[in-house]
Amino acid sequence: MLTTTPNLTRPDESYAALIATHEGLSEAESHALNARLILILMNHIGDHAILTDAMRLARDPKGQG
Amino acid sequence: MTALVPERYAVAFRLYPYAKSPDQDAATPVRRKVVIVGGGPIGLATALDLGRRGVPVVLLDDHEGAGLGSRALCFAKRTLEICDRLGAAGPMLDKGVQWNVGKVFHDDRLLYDFNLLPEGGHAFPAFINLQQPWFEKFLHDAIVKAQAEGAPIELRGRNRVDAVTPAADHVTLDIMTPDGPYRLETDWLIACDGARSPVRGMLGLSFDGRVFEDNFLIADVKMKADFPTERWFWFEPYFKSGDSALLHKQPDDIWRIDFQLGWNIDRAKELEPANIRKRVDAMLGPGVEYELDWCSIYTFQCRRMEKFRHGRILFAGDSAHQVSPFGARGANSGIQDVDNLAWKLTLVLDGTAPESLLDSYDRERIHGADENILNSTRATDFITPKTPVSKLFRNAVLTLAEHLPFARTVVNSGRLSVPCTYDGSALNGPDHPDMPPRTRPGSPCPDAPVAGGWLLQALGRGFTLMTINAEAPEQVTAHGLTVPRLALATTPEIAARYLGEAPGAVYLIRPDQHVAARWDRYDEAAVAAALAKALGKE
Ligand SMILES: Cc1cc2nc3c(=O)[nH]c(=O)nc-3n(C[C@H](O)[C@H](O)[C@H](O)COP(=O)(O)OP(=O)(O)OC[C@H]3O[C@@H](n4cnc5c(N)ncnc54)[C@H](O)[C@@H]3O)c2cc1C
Repeated sequence: MLTTTPNLTRPDESYAALIATHEGLSEAESHALNARLILILMNHIGDHAILTDAMRLARDPKGQG
Repeated sequence: MTALVPERYAVAFRLYPYAKSPDQDAATPVRRKVVIVGGGPIGLATALDLGRRGVPVVLLDDHEGAGLGSRALCFAKRTLEICDRLGAAGPMLDKGVQWNVGKVFHDDRLLYDFNLLPEGGHAFPAFINLQQPWFEKFLHDAIVKAQAEGAPIELRGRNRVDAVTPAADHVTLDIMTPDGPYRLETDWLIACDGARSPVRGMLGLSFDGRVFEDNFLIADVKMKADFPTERWFWFEPYFKSGDSALLHKQPDDIWRIDFQLGWNIDRAKELEPANIRKRVDAMLGPGVEYELDWCSIYTFQCRRMEKFRHGRILFAGDSAHQVSPFGARGANSGIQDVDNLAWKLTLVLDGTAPESLLDSYDRERIHGADENILNSTRATDFITPKTPVSKLFRNAVLTLAEHLPFARTVVNSGRLSVPCTYDGSALNGPDHPDMPPRTRPGSPCPDAPVAGGWLLQALGRGFTLMTINAEAPEQVTAHGLTVPRLALATTPEIAARYLGEAPGAVYLIRPDQHVAARWDRYDEAAVAAALAKALGKE
């Protein structure tokens, strides 16, 4: 099951870290970084059903997955 | 004389020169049992399999042998196992190049290498590399041998099929030869006439799917360079000879080189030897001496017919389905069509099985074709990303793959061709939960060493009752068939591949070496019922 309830232990810090990771990168470099990040997180999650739930939700946030 | 049936391509081996058949002078068309159109790998294998089962076959091809040129190269273990059943695998193995190591590069960096590490305890390697004309020649050699032993196989070169007229219980063919036209009737027609299948066209049947907007230059070069016998694949190579490139060893000091050229190219210009040499030089580096052996440009598609059986006409091989070559699934899957079709048609012809058994050919091989198309499409999409975002992710995977093993599992330069399991087939009987999933009903039997040789060689031409740690009679007779028993000792391989957690096992194996059903003990009624099911008698 995809977790959609609040789950970040330190939301502000995590978000700031995400933005900081992109500092100084061109737009193309940022896109490439995002792609790598998604792949790394995908592997961490592993479960195909959870991943496809997340992809659906990202595509249609109103649809609630 | 040749004007009536001109050669459309050059022939590497002249295997069945035209000879006039008495059928050509018959006052009324002669009726044959089975006619095969096309003498490519699939038509030859079909003729061989049916002929060895005693079914009289006539094979027609508008050429006289194996076409010259760079096409199939990688032949998978399952193909070799099937060819072994057909008496053709020995020379393939002797001539073919075996390889286990693959290297994947991005730009100028080696991302990683892999070893196929084939599972032990199999008679055949995961793959061999062998030029398609040789593969066809070895099948033909086996046909000649089978003919000498009485197999009713007739090959007719320079016999071009020009028209096909289906009727309820037969098909009429109009055939052109160097001596002019003649007519033939046949109870059954098997169309193995390749991706452009004239038979399919004559029947007005569609062949739908995806065309990949990319051109691939295939260059076979002869060189004595001491590159290792490995498969090297480049994404976006630094030598700029294409968007991707592949280097693979063939027999006789020939190397297969593939360059992905993109969509908008000038084919004639790209095929000029000087331009090909520029690309090859950039790839091999300075000072490497080589000769161009054969070059051509291909575009690839993934598509299939909606149905492989149309009454008395059956389609097999590229005429029925076509895939891009990434993962080497073209000829390899066509040989599985043959494996699936030959025993079924034989049993229908001798009245053991109802005609409806042939519908299972349609369903099972469409299942296989869809699996192959899915795999080839995914590999093609990875190698030739179609959108900027798809390329972004592809290259992100490649960047990560250099350092992180998980990303290597996503890199797809062609997944190795493995035979499909006929899950959900109407021919499948009962399964047993304690036994390994890899040998569930519908699966091709994995090979294993057994006393005196190999399991797949010990299986008969027909159905087999295989027992491990279980009592059973030496043969079972039901539904017009006598099924011999094969009792196996519990070796580690047999236990791991067939027994699992069960103390004993009884397997009903089909003539194509796929599992029909399995139990933990012998039960006469259950075996007879499973046999009926596997014969399509339900
Ligand atoms: C570049 C490339 C690389 C490939 N690599 C691999 C690989 O590594 N592994 C693999 O498994 N597959 C590979 N393939 C695919 C493989 O070549 C085909 O799947 C295979 O040739 C199909 O065999 P077939 O017998 O169905 O058809 P074909 O080989 O096309 O044979 C059809 C035959 O029918 C005959 N014919 C046609 N029309 C008529 C007519 N009207 N009358 C009489 N005869 C007729 C033709 O002359 C021909 O002999 C590759 C293909 C390409 C292009």
